[in-house]
Amino acid sequence: MATYIIRRLLYAIPILIGVNLLTFALFFMVNTPDQMARVQLGEKHVTEADIEQWKAERGYDQPLFINSEAEGMGTLTQTIFFEKSIKLLAFEFGKSDEGRSISADIKERMWPSLAVSIPTFIVGILVNICVALLVVMFRATSFEVAAMALCVMLLSISPVFYVIGGQFFFAKLWALVPISGYLPEEPWRFVLLPVIVGVIAGIGAGTRLYRTVFIEEANKDYIRTARAKGVPELTVLFRHLLPNGMIPVLTSVVVIIPSLFMGSLLVESFFGIPGLGSYTLDAINAQDFAIVRSMVFLGSVLYIIGLLLTDISYTLVDPRVKLS
Amino acid sequence: MIKPVILWSDVLIYLLVISVVAFLIQLRKRPQTRERWRSVFTSKVGMVSFVVIAFYVLVALLDSLHYREALPPSGEGEQTTAYSSEVKSVLDVVLHNLHESNEKTYSAPFAIYSFAKENLEADDGSIYRDYPRLEHAGKHLDDPSERTGDILWRTLVALMTGLLIAAVLIGLHKYVLRGSDGDNGIPWKAAYITIAILSMFTCWVIQLSEFYHVMGTNKVGADVMYSSIKAIRTGVLIGTLATMVTLPFAIILGISAGYFKGLVDDIVQYLYTTLSSIPSILLIAASVLLVDVYIETNAEEFNLTILRSDFKFLALCAILGLTSWTTLCRLLRAETLKVSQLEYVQAAHAFGVSHGNIISRHILPNITHIILIALVLDFSMFVLAEALLSYIGVGVDPSMHSWGNMINAARSELSRDPFVWWPVISAFLLMFTLVLAANLFSDEVRNAFDPRTVKEGN
Repeated sequence: MATYIIRRLLYAIPILIGVNLLTFALFFMVNTPDQMARVQLGEKHVTEADIEQWKAERGYDQPLFINSEAEGMGTLTQTIFFEKSIKLLAFEFGKSDEGRSISADIKERMWPSLAVSIPTFIVGILVNICVALLVVMFRATSFEVAAMALCVMLLSISPVFYVIGGQFFFAKLWALVPISGYLPEEPWRFVLLPVIVGVIAGIGAGTRLYRTVFIEEANKDYIRTARAKGVPELTVLFRHLLPNGMIPVLTSVVVIIPSLFMGSLLVESFFGIPGLGSYTLDAINAQDFAIVRSMVFLGSVLYIIGLLLTDISYTLVDPRVKLS
Repeated sequence: MIKPVILWSDVLIYLLVISVVAFLIQLRKRPQTRERWRSVFTSKVGMVSFVVIAFYVLVALLDSLHYREALPPSGEGEQTTAYSSEVKSVLDVVLHNLHESNEKTYSAPFAIYSFAKENLEADDGSIYRDYPRLEHAGKHLDDPSERTGDILWRTLVALMTGLLIAAVLIGLHKYVLRGSDGDNGIPWKAAYITIAILSMFTCWVIQLSEFYHVMGTNKVGADVMYSSIKAIRTGVLIGTLATMVTLPFAIILGISAGYFKGLVDDIVQYLYTTLSSIPSILLIAASVLLVDVYIETNAEEFNLTILRSDFKFLALCAILGLTSWTTLCRLLRAETLKVSQLEYVQAAHAFGVSHGNIISRHILPNITHIILIALVLDFSMFVLAEALLSYIGVGVDPSMHSWGNMINAARSELSRDPFVWWPVISAFLLMFTLVLAANLFSDEVRNAFDPRTVKEGN
């Protein structure tokens, strides 16, 4: 087990280097620092000196890969690639283009993100499983047809509409919760609506997915045996089907657990929650590539951790699976 | 005089439609696949959703024939005709009622008064504030109280016209079918009803728009129904073009990884793990920002607004496709691994059949169902993604009509008092219909083509 984890972690390194190279190519080679400076400083009336100063302040004035003016290791380290890209591997995010420390921002903004994403995740899974079980319970009835039709409809609505609709009805018309904003002292008031919206937006897809899982399980022999023995339907569902059906359900959601940290771009920006999602979105709109690059890197690290956790969770829930 | 304007996206969508038709004709030769498709169309849901999708595609195709009108000669003795800088499409001719009657600002659906108060002059010369009559909507009415009756009467006439057109179409179809053997299980009735509804709706919109704004007007006074219909092209094109971009990557890389194994497999796996580990929205946003910078630095190449927005649109399709092929690639790799272990593939190896022949004759036909299911599913995913991206501000150009841009505007419109609900509802309804139809159709395709669901006996 330990050797497996270590090998997987080593395997993550080339992937992270790949991510870094890709983002580096996107941000610095397709788009030169000169062009970035021009966009940041405004299109017209920019002198060369302004651009040089902007680049120097942010450390973009060095060569991309090899610095022939520096000595020794400096030829490799005093470059944009090393400063901006390799240092990410050591989680040194540096400063944003506005001069703020990115890691301090991340530490401050991760809590509101988690306050929204964790309840949404947990409640969402519980609701989806309950609805899916209900549908499986009433299999081959008109209830199932109606419920599945409803799921397709829910699935066909853009998540943006759930956010707009939720905000409009719950916050504006009925004034049950604040429209947007966040106070660290009483987060639940502000978190309630985003969580509800997030859960409802996920019901369609989630229920359909879990229903197929449960139905696949319900077609297996042990369920038929249990029914043949005369076990009551409810016991079959909750004692036999649910625990076994939970294995694929849980292992399929493990991969997104680390990414909960990143928050949701859409929900956070719409509800004015100062988390990492809105942080990223603001950076995109302000074209602050330093932040976007850091968040891309962070996101891929979390995804890779998620993949690793998925593999480990297989061995935990199913003793037949052995990692090698 | 008109001068055709050919946009790259127009060319691509027509090429795509031609190749799909060619593909379907070619499919007729294969009895097995034909049987599968028949089972898609024998279900009412499959038939109805197909008709709806076909209607949307038709609108998108009409909207993809662009031209510029010649301006009336300004001076005498002019040899060259100047062309208007406004690029129109054939759809604009059909919808001329809708977009040639702009008001000043917001107005509610079927309203004849403006949404905002203005300073008006009374007969005696004094100034008072009230809601002014709209410039175009309802100007044929002398007495505002006649409005309801007028709307109902015109609705009735429009619906009857729609029914008549549908009846002609259906009659034509029956006439064409007269020689064939009965209805062979295809639910034509459901299709006819859908066609009738669509035709009635189209007539209703076109005829009533001559006198009213069916879905009101937006901030600058443009007809909301017009922008939502124009947005159909954006939605349909983004769905189809982005899906087409994913296919070559997913198919070539997925099959070669599963078939050749070893080093090729390692490289492909590395590629898709790296790409899918980057949060897709961030990757898309970053790429779109780069395209923006490229357009800004090469501004002189894009002299018409529509050329610029078209370039950005195609870039968005390419970016969406390039960032979304990983899921399908993974599925295809796994399936190819499975299929290439089968005995007949081993036998083909033993006979010394070349790799290319094995892949095209033995492997590809056995994984087509996965490609097909992913194709239809991706379509609705991309339509939804466009709305989300435009909302975030990295979607299509703001000058382009798109549902995402309309939703984006809804943010401020819903916080007005009284709130402006019609643009967002209009975008919602048209988008919902398309995505719902695509999702239902993809379910039917999955039922017909996925061997696992067939076994379950649906």
